[in-house]
Amino acid sequence: MRRFRALVLLPPALWLVLFVAVPLLVVLGIALSSPGEGMPPFDPPLSREAGAWAWRGTAGNFAALAEDPFYGLAFLRSLRVAGLTAGLCLLLAYPMALAIAAAPPRRRPLLLLAVLLPFWTGLLLRLAAWIGLLRDSGWVNGVLLALGLTEEPLRLLYSEPAMLLGMTHAYLPFAVLPLYATLARRDPALEEAAADLGASRWTVFRTVTLPLSAPGAAAAFLLVFIPAAGEFVIPELLGPPEAQLVGRVLWTEFFTIRDWPRAAALAVALLALLILPVALFQRLEERR
Amino acid sequence: MRWGLALGLAFLYAPILLLVAYAFSGGPTPFEWGGFSLRWFAALAADERILEAAWLSLRIAAGAATLGTVLGALAGYALARLGRFPGRGAFGALLGTPLVLPDIVTGLSLLLFLVAVQAGLQGVFGWAPARGAATLLLAHATIGAAYAAVVVQGRLAGMEAALEEAARDLGAGPGTAFLTVTLPLLAPALAAAWLLGFTLSLDDVVVASFVSGPDATTLPMVLFSALRLGLTPEVNALAAVLLAALGGGLGMAALILDRLARVEGAPHGG
Repeated sequence: MRRFRALVLLPPALWLVLFVAVPLLVVLGIALSSPGEGMPPFDPPLSREAGAWAWRGTAGNFAALAEDPFYGLAFLRSLRVAGLTAGLCLLLAYPMALAIAAAPPRRRPLLLLAVLLPFWTGLLLRLAAWIGLLRDSGWVNGVLLALGLTEEPLRLLYSEPAMLLGMTHAYLPFAVLPLYATLARRDPALEEAAADLGASRWTVFRTVTLPLSAPGAAAAFLLVFIPAAGEFVIPELLGPPEAQLVGRVLWTEFFTIRDWPRAAALAVALLALLILPVALFQRLEERR
Repeated sequence: MRWGLALGLAFLYAPILLLVAYAFSGGPTPFEWGGFSLRWFAALAADERILEAAWLSLRIAAGAATLGTVLGALAGYALARLGRFPGRGAFGALLGTPLVLPDIVTGLSLLLFLVAVQAGLQGVFGWAPARGAATLLLAHATIGAAYAAVVVQGRLAGMEAALEEAARDLGAGPGTAFLTVTLPLLAPALAAAWLLGFTLSLDDVVVASFVSGPDATTLPMVLFSALRLGLTPEVNALAAVLLAALGGGLGMAALILDRLARVEGAPHGG
């Protein structure tokens, strides 16, 4: 049995240490080093000099993140966009989850599949579709022009609404699942009792259904918020150039400016920011 | 409520369906109807760069999904069936990390790690392998393993250990019980995990941009750099082909899973 346990445990454990734990430690190490001229372009924080280990680490990269308002703004923008995306997803997902939970049990798996399927079609394809729809000579402008709602094409693509639309489209399935899971499990007797006691449909929804679904709604919000906060591809393809979110700033810092320590410090800061929502989400999951 | 669902589904599907429909337009501008034509599919089939990238992506996705499913199945089994073991908390936390890490952080951390490994090898052996398809496969396998573990652990949690225990009582070693009882019961979960890993790999552009080398440009990387400049009819056609391939693959997977579920649900007699 011991040998069997070792055989099962060791490969994934070693793999996780090597490809998850060590890389994150490397990021932390490089975040504490100063940029250098060579390749790789940084001076390691711990180096061997004259036969002894010498610590040359610096917190300068983190100080720069705190001092330069450019970075602070990027973090605020990311939080705002992630919050807006999660809020929009929640608004759209709620009636969807409610309708699926109200459907006959036989049809529910099919409806859930219909919600999840777009997720499997790939993010880039869906973004390609939005680019085609929103560009100046795109479909939406064509419809608006044909209806006479506008004289000349509107600038829809590369704007904040376009970016939010793309993010909502990408993350909507994530919000439907936890909401549905909570709503499908609720006891219909509670709502029936409220209705029998004379509550209107709206009152029943507001005072019974909504509070019952709060944990699912919180999980849905976080499940969208967490990946949205570090999103890079959607702001890059649909957003305005000035929408410098953390993901884009990190990308530029690394690939264009080639300041690896600064990029690593940004990654560490982003992770620190995500610890709270991730911990909250785990709390919610454990309570179920 | 009904209209809410209909609206939501329309929002999810309309852009994708329009994209596919306009792939059959012969016009020079995407999303402007220029008569039915397959010319952009023909142009696509003649584009060596795209074909090469597609072939590379498929091979990386298949390899990463396989490796990730094996690792994830072991990890999921360990968490669901091995009870307490030293370091269980840390193991679970590390396993969950790729699920919550933003792509951009996963990509950066793996690249910086690979650079450090390369520097180390260079120092010791005077030679280090270049980054490319192999390093990307390792990265995607790591992400796939985390998802596979969730799927497998969930499946095992919903499945009683009685059958495995019966096999053990009848004298099977733990390895035999695992291979002859647990593994067949896990087949649908493993298929789902493999598909998830395959799709995630085929959809990734951020991690790939970090850890891949100059000689290994995947299809998402080609698609991403093309989309940065805007949409072309060729990209439009490519999207339609990819959707058809995904639809076919998913349909087949659904059939297999359905068949498996039926075999499993069939009465065992007695």
